[in-house]
Amino acid sequence: MRTSIRRSQRLMALAAVAALTTGLLAGCAKDSADGSSDHSDGGGNGTGKGKITLTVGTFGVFGYQQAGLYDEYMKLHPDISIKENVTTRTDVYWPKVLTRLQAGSGTDDIEAIEIGNITEAVQTQADKFVDLGKDVDTSQWLGWKNAQATTKDGKLIGLGTDIGPMAICYRKDLFQKAGLPTDRTKLAELWKGDWSKYVDVGKQYMQKAPKGTKFVDSASSVYNAAVGGASERYYDKGGNVVWDRSEGVKKAWDAAMTVATSTMSAKLKQFDPTWDQGFANGGFASVACPAWMIGYIEQKSGDSGKGKWDVAAAPAASNWGGSFLGVPTATKHQKEAVALAKWLTAPAQQAKVFAKQASFPSTPSAYPGLRPQADTTAYFSNAPLTQIFSDAAKAIPSQPLGPKDKPIDNAISDIGILQVEQKGKSPSQGWDAAAKEIKDVLGQ
Amino acid sequence: MTGPKQALAHSAPSADAAPGSSPGAARGAHGRGAPAGADSWRSRLYRWDMKASPYAFVSPFFVLFAAFTLVPLLYTAWYSLHHVQLSALDHQSWAGLDNYKNLWSSDFFWNALRNTLTIGVISTVPQLLAALGLAHLLNYRLRGSTVWRVVMLTPYATSVAAATLVFTLLYSWDGGMVNWILHFFGVGPVNWRESDWGSRFAVSSIVIWRWTGYNALIYLAAMQAIPADLYESAAIDGANRWQQFWHVTVPQLRPTILFTVVVSTIGATQLFGEPLLFGGVSGSKGGSEHQYQTLGLYMYDQGWIIGNLGKASAIAWSMFLVLLVVAAVNLLLTRRLRKSP
Repeated sequence: MRTSIRRSQRLMALAAVAALTTGLLAGCAKDSADGSSDHSDGGGNGTGKGKITLTVGTFGVFGYQQAGLYDEYMKLHPDISIKENVTTRTDVYWPKVLTRLQAGSGTDDIEAIEIGNITEAVQTQADKFVDLGKDVDTSQWLGWKNAQATTKDGKLIGLGTDIGPMAICYRKDLFQKAGLPTDRTKLAELWKGDWSKYVDVGKQYMQKAPKGTKFVDSASSVYNAAVGGASERYYDKGGNVVWDRSEGVKKAWDAAMTVATSTMSAKLKQFDPTWDQGFANGGFASVACPAWMIGYIEQKSGDSGKGKWDVAAAPAASNWGGSFLGVPTATKHQKEAVALAKWLTAPAQQAKVFAKQASFPSTPSAYPGLRPQADTTAYFSNAPLTQIFSDAAKAIPSQPLGPKDKPIDNAISDIGILQVEQKGKSPSQGWDAAAKEIKDVLGQ
Repeated sequence: MTGPKQALAHSAPSADAAPGSSPGAARGAHGRGAPAGADSWRSRLYRWDMKASPYAFVSPFFVLFAAFTLVPLLYTAWYSLHHVQLSALDHQSWAGLDNYKNLWSSDFFWNALRNTLTIGVISTVPQLLAALGLAHLLNYRLRGSTVWRVVMLTPYATSVAAATLVFTLLYSWDGGMVNWILHFFGVGPVNWRESDWGSRFAVSSIVIWRWTGYNALIYLAAMQAIPADLYESAAIDGANRWQQFWHVTVPQLRPTILFTVVVSTIGATQLFGEPLLFGGVSGSKGGSEHQYQTLGLYMYDQGWIIGNLGKASAIAWSMFLVLLVVAAVNLLLTRRLRKSP
């Protein structure tokens, strides 16, 4: 029945097994699955030219490279070359920075710090960062931005980069089909004052919603936007955890629950591929958008969305996101690193990053001169982006943050709200699930 | 083939000679009571070489093992007995067994353990059965057999990240291809990521897709080593193909099957990348009800997202204990299977 196996075949099987074994070994190293790419973009022509190489550690797109700031700085300072180390995911980036800070080696000369981590850095890593307060004119920045990076004894460990003032980005064409006003000032008037009014507009939208569309991308995006403008969130001024009795959380939760238990949500998870698809095929009519999301929407909606998107002022001033640049004391080039961080975060440079990436400056003196790219303005129906976002930025309240802000936020959004929105649980069940999760987060 | 054999033949007797000759030589040196000449210096060097070199040769692995496995292992044990935050590694306070007590009384831990076992079973069993079937088919004389084998291996060569990303799209509840196909069969849309069994099935399907071909090739290699005369005599006895598979192939493959079971079990216990990426932005939670949070994910969430390193270390050691139990069960099964005819 069976013919004898030829020698070559046996050899091949052997080779296959050998290849598999090496593949198995290599696989361990290759598939770290953390999405980090530690790739270093040598700043243009700067490789090896300068006497001192400064490294900047970032996550995501900061826009310095894109706006040509590194090249410009190296031209101004021929003895310096700059290298950016990008780790795409924050949940990979931050633990790495923390361990390196505490080991006192391996840090970049400048480390970016995300707003979700700044309080942890202020409270636990302050002695590992250079006090920048003496080197800069702190009045350049918004007061609340500085406050977030300042320790109790007045040490400033990070210089503010961008902030995330919120607006509502909406699809004019879909609003029109649903019989809603499309004029941005009328809409802003309609929901002015409270996020629950925005949700009410959603109810109206759903009565005549164009087929296959929803009012908003997700319940947690409404929660996030609403809670970002509360004067108190998960911690009070004294640093106590107050998430379960904070007025801001309660109001935001209630607004999100109205969305989650209605039909107005597209039930997407932000930054998932399906969310991107939602932008591309017009699956939802509006989204609470911080300034930095402008570029994202333009990119994901593509040509089909051109001129259909518009931007209106948000119901209440609110902030989402924003980062800081800190200089670890472990750096060998402290003086030069401070100078670079100072230059990168100065109003003039922040304005350049805004022009390229629409990341909104944290320095008010930059606002009058802000110019978004012509393409972007046209894409959003010539909405006065600068005006809308500057007005929002100035009205954002100072909000006390805490060391476990981010995990608490994750627990509410990814556990509590998601259970109600996607698994049909009741709001109280969702709240209990979030509470259980937060207990697990805070308990050692 | 001759190279290693010669080396072995050469080294074996001299290695035998070394320990035998050394005491005698030492005595000799004593008796003379004089410093060794050039000749005995060389022979001493030679003896020393014979004794120490093997250790030098095996040392790289053990040095690396100590640096990257043993020290972290012990350090993790130390951490697991302390309250440690990722943000304050130098502020540790003694916790005793608090972390373990805390962990073992936590629903999240048992849930993760249960998920790990469930997903492990529903991914390993179908995967190995399918691999066995595929290997059997590939073992027939086929036109372009190399092509088939290479195709089988392609999923394995794909990175977890890429594969999971594609599967996430296929499984998206709104407009995903799987739900689109299901609707032709009258099945309503399934929320693959948030439903309990849907999500577990989706995660294991990624594992199955990636590893079936790999296991099939291992089986195939073993099948080709089965002597052809066994099949010939089976055929003479009137056994059909299915009977041949069941009575000749499977018993002959038993050691190979055991090997793949052990390897797959270890892989399943450590399952991490697929569920993490399948969960998208908040992957470490393993779904809104932790419905596909494995032990690996729970440890990652506690250690790197929340920053409770003490508790994460306790999870790591608990996982180690689980693996020991699994290994013991495996051993028992193996023994029993070996004994049975």
